Amino acid sequence: MWEYTDKVKDHFMNPRNVGVIEKADGIGEVGSLACGDALKLTIKLDDDKKKIYDAKFQTFGCASAIASSSALTEMLKGLTIEEAAGITNDDIADYLGGLPKEKMHCSVMGRDALEKAIAYYKGEPEKKKEGEVICECFGITDIEIKRAVTENGLILLEDVTDYVKAGGGCGNCHAKIQDIIDSVLGIKKNEEKKTRKLTTIQKIRLLEDVFEKEIKPVLKKDGGNIELIDLDGTDVLVELRGACANCKTSQVTIKNFIEHKIQELVSPEFIVKEVSQDENRIC
Amino acid sequence: MKIVYVDNNATTKTAPEVVDAMLPYFSEFYGNPSSMHSFGGEIAGKIEEARAKVANLINARPDEIVFTSCGTESDNTAIVSAIESRPDKKHIITTRVEHPAVKNICSNLPEKGYRVTFVPVDNKGRLDIDYLYDSIADDTALISIMWANNETGVIFPIEDIARNLADRNIFFHTDAVQAVGKLPIDVTKTPVDLLSLSGHKLHAPKGIGALYIRKGTRFSPFLIGGHQEKGRRGGTENVTSIIGLGKACELAAEHIQEEIVKVSRLRDRLEMEIINKIPQSIINGDRESRLPGTVNISFKYIEGEAILLMMNQLGICASSGSACTSGSLEPSHVLRSMGVPYTASHGSIRFSLCRYNTDEEIDYIVEKLPSIIESLRKVSPFWKQAG
Repeated sequence: MWEYTDKVKDHFMNPRNVGVIEKADGIGEVGSLACGDALKLTIKLDDDKKKIYDAKFQTFGCASAIASSSALTEMLKGLTIEEAAGITNDDIADYLGGLPKEKMHCSVMGRDALEKAIAYYKGEPEKKKEGEVICECFGITDIEIKRAVTENGLILLEDVTDYVKAGGGCGNCHAKIQDIIDSVLGIKKNEEKKTRKLTTIQKIRLLEDVFEKEIKPVLKKDGGNIELIDLDGTDVLVELRGACANCKTSQVTIKNFIEHKIQELVSPEFIVKEVSQDENRIC
Repeated sequence: MKIVYVDNNATTKTAPEVVDAMLPYFSEFYGNPSSMHSFGGEIAGKIEEARAKVANLINARPDEIVFTSCGTESDNTAIVSAIESRPDKKHIITTRVEHPAVKNICSNLPEKGYRVTFVPVDNKGRLDIDYLYDSIADDTALISIMWANNETGVIFPIEDIARNLADRNIFFHTDAVQAVGKLPIDVTKTPVDLLSLSGHKLHAPKGIGALYIRKGTRFSPFLIGGHQEKGRRGGTENVTSIIGLGKACELAAEHIQEEIVKVSRLRDRLEMEIINKIPQSIINGDRESRLPGTVNISFKYIEGEAILLMMNQLGICASSGSACTSGSLEPSHVLRSMGVPYTASHGSIRFSLCRYNTDEEIDYIVEKLPSIIESLRKVSPFWKQAG
């Protein structure tokens, strides 16, 4: 059961501006039956072409897709084209009092349709999809994924799926999506590093953050876990727990994975060392 | 608001008789059946009575029934036990339309060095039997096939398959979670080795299941602990729920004809009226061989979650194979395996009835549904083009 706000429910049960405007100034169509949602947005400007006078939509999709489309048409009325162009997917979600994280792609669909409608009005040729298709199930390119990651500050693969659907099908593209996230995050980290030198406390905080967000979720999938024990100079001391603690064969992989993440996201000079706090344990 | 509950393949109401049977075991007879004192020890006798009732429903021997915590535990136990009992054999056969409790554990087996064959189904959800027999190899350890599909209700010919496999030295497991209590099951006529059932699908509470293990079948326990269940499933018995499952199985045996006659009549009426009143609605699954209470209908050009939410506003509780309901982005693996086109698979709704449903409830659904479908189609960009 999704937790929808009252405003989402209202726009779903009583959608505003359903239909197609005849002789519209702008038309934006996105999505398809195969994708599970689709939106046709039409807009009309007033006589002196200054402001959006009317906006209508037709949507195939779930409650939040219909509500996002309905909200978008309400938001557009009275705006200039320039103002409309500034609407982001977050604005649509905010207008509705928020959307469940898994449904953010519905607001992205609204934004995409709006961009197309504006391009149509301006007479710009339909943009060819640029970049390389990463997610073949939903036809999502690296450029679209990068944009979602950058604009929304996404960190996890699941976030990317929630926002642009990439990775929500067969799952074959997961590694590629992770690479894109890593590259975006990597750039950010490098920028940060240039501007300031981290204190030991900052390093530990950053390490803890990386452990929580990047490392633990991966290990937990296999029934394992890890604790950060100490930071000794450039040595990151960790203890493996759960399934990881006894899994000798995968320890090398785990160490490489953890060290790689830490070197990439915190500092390239860090080295991961495993310690055991329980002296009696045979390990 | 009145609730019309037609989602009985998801879970069922605990029968009032079942609740009554369970209540004394919470605070009055709360002893541990393993205790030496008679206050606890006498409970063991009640557990055996419940075991006999569960066994009776599928014509098994009481000692062939092991209580578990749910259908998923029964399925996982059966599969892990079968492959651990035959470490030399590295091939598993199952189907493309299994419940996640079987599908996902089988999907993980290739990492552990197993080959897994997923037998396909046709556009009516019927199993490709030739494909199944052709896939059997010398090192096939286990064949696991559901008795009836949870989404479409389609029944697989488990009796025929079990007989054909009887002398082949391959474990045969069936996930009968949706079938037990709705169809007559007799394990003396259908020689499966392992059969899973779940309490909350047949008016017992959630959190109790059982695994039938044919006498003489090699078995290795999944939960390792005390001597409970003769060492086949460690852990203090869930006494109250076991008593509840026993009572529910007793009731199911009494009501099985009603289930088949009354429930299928209600289902057929619901199905016919929907098809007659709502254009471009399609039944998914083989109507010739289906569970009595299940119907899966696709309403083309609209999306299932939106339909569910509109029905929810009117108190009608059903399910959808749509992607959006589950949080995944792909529609149901069952409908996709059947080749149901995207125009229809995103807009699929499952109604699943039970003996507590009434004609008045069917009338209510049939009265409300057409305007829901119409209003969503009005919003859909594909409807006019198609219509």
